[in-house]
Amino acid sequence: MMKSLILQTATKLLFPLLLLFSIFLFLRGHNDPGGGFIGGLVGAAAFALFAISSGTEKARELLRIDPTFMIGLGLFFALLSGVISMYAGTPFLTGHWAFPMVFGAEMHLGSPILFDIGVYLVVVGFTLAVIFSLEEEG
Amino acid sequence: MDHLLTLPVLIPLLTGAIAFLFYKNGTVQRWIGLAGTVALLIASILLLVDVWSNGIQAEQFGNWPAPFGISFVADLLSSIMITISGVMGFVVAVYAVADIDKTREKFGFYPLYHILLMGINGTFLTGDIFNMYVWFEVMLISSFVLLALGNAKAQLDGAVKYVIINLVGSAIFLMGIGFVYGLTGTLNMAELSVRLNEVDNAGLVTTVSMFFMISFGIKAAVFPLFFWLPASYHTPPVAVSAIFAGMLTKVGVYTLIRAFTLLFTQEVAYTHHIILWISGLTMLIGVLGAAAQSEVRRILSFHIISQIGYMIMGLALYTPLALIGSVFYIVHHIIVKTNLFLVGGLARKLTGSYELKKMGGLYRYYPWLGVLFLIPAFSLAGFPPLSGFWAKFTLIYAALEIESYWIAGVALLVGLLTLYSMTKIWMAAFWTPLPGYENDTTGAGFNKIGPRDMFLLVTPIVILATLTIIIGLFPEPFYELSLKAAEELLDPTNYINAVLGK
Repeated sequence: MMKSLILQTATKLLFPLLLLFSIFLFLRGHNDPGGGFIGGLVGAAAFALFAISSGTEKARELLRIDPTFMIGLGLFFALLSGVISMYAGTPFLTGHWAFPMVFGAEMHLGSPILFDIGVYLVVVGFTLAVIFSLEEEG
Repeated sequence: MDHLLTLPVLIPLLTGAIAFLFYKNGTVQRWIGLAGTVALLIASILLLVDVWSNGIQAEQFGNWPAPFGISFVADLLSSIMITISGVMGFVVAVYAVADIDKTREKFGFYPLYHILLMGINGTFLTGDIFNMYVWFEVMLISSFVLLALGNAKAQLDGAVKYVIINLVGSAIFLMGIGFVYGLTGTLNMAELSVRLNEVDNAGLVTTVSMFFMISFGIKAAVFPLFFWLPASYHTPPVAVSAIFAGMLTKVGVYTLIRAFTLLFTQEVAYTHHIILWISGLTMLIGVLGAAAQSEVRRILSFHIISQIGYMIMGLALYTPLALIGSVFYIVHHIIVKTNLFLVGGLARKLTGSYELKKMGGLYRYYPWLGVLFLIPAFSLAGFPPLSGFWAKFTLIYAALEIESYWIAGVALLVGLLTLYSMTKIWMAAFWTPLPGYENDTTGAGFNKIGPRDMFLLVTPIVILATLTIIIGLFPEPFYELSLKAAEELLDPTNYINAVLGK
């Protein structure tokens, strides 16, 4: 942990921005470059920055879920996206889509997004598990 | 549509994911781990039965048609390997409950163990050469962590060597994939099998095949690429060593067999002749290396290498009988070698050491352990009527049949030298009295193991020893299975049709 006023102030501003950007990148992955992996890295960067400026204890509190638990949860989501297609009688990981109307606009909702959520969680969980334990040792 | 083909990968993934969710609770992880491996074993047996009765099965992931998507294919060789890895996954998981300490449990032994099984099974099932690379990585990354888990100095030393050489191997594999894709424009193995024969410049294909031979050779630990194996396999706890010794190098052998029966059969006289030399030297150097060692796990590690020689000897001879021998040998070897590591681990728990000089007296106080050691040890050396006899007999007969006398001679000689090493372990660990307790008659020099742990440690050993005897006494069905697998390997038409759906 670094006791730096500049870093702490900057983090306060950057933290929500990074999280928003991470969600933006995640959703953008639907049809454009982006997705769970890169979104997850940016999301992890936000928490890593917080951990460096305010200590891992506070960062863990803010994250609420334990990083290792997140890895398991992510794997679970990814698995779910494949199993849904098996349940529907198609091969593993086949995409299934629904097109509900939300506020007058058509949504493209598909099972691949579950896989991407899984990737997002695994990336955030793994990165933070590594960074937190490195911070706590050093 | 049934999904048997995906289950051997899905079950360990689910088990691993749940183990991650309960990573703070060792008891839950152990039970989930055991339940997961039982489910995996059942699924893999069902897959074997299905493939045996209905022929080669294929499934296209994400419903993208082959050769564009990723295919999973189970022919007999794949399903035999899956089944045997299911058996090993189960017995080692049982052994691990008593063998893995609390620290390793806390740092994620169980999730990684199942991810490792997933990587192994994925490699066996995939029908896409790039996807195979991905499964290799899954397997390697989890094995890196399992190897280094616990942070002992020797472990890190071994893990660094293991990591570096295996990364080099993966890089060479990736280069080979790049070349193959450049030559043919496809990564699907069934499609490659057709297209590689249509490449104008056959010499180029043979050159590219060398990339695969080197990288798979590193994974299989053949001469002269085996140095990483004896440098690392003796460092982690026995449960980890045992699953590594049983399965990981055999994944390399499997990929070698797959690549040099399905893909690279353009200049058999050239490529398989190289493999023949490699196999002879691997056998010989491995067994000589073992003779120079005096630590149980190091002796056994060198024997893995020499036995790999036998398995690829069958591939090198490239006759139906020789391939039968190879498949039979892989099955026999995985069971026997894992068992020897497990027995070695139990002997270490009792005597407190892996060094032959510090061990002893086991036969006097634990005669049943002596019997349980002799079964896999004699089988490894090829004594009738144990499994190793039939495996060696088939291979040597196949060599004599096509008048490859020198390789048959080497195989026989190596069998004899194997016996020497096994006798060495027997004499030092079982026969001579425990050093420092020569005049003791109460067995005071041994560590005490509680009845629960003893049950968990001995059950896997008994299961594997029973399997060795069953294969030895009733080789017929196993021989039949290997025969059909070898036929499929020599004629890939069915494989190609099953994947491409023609």
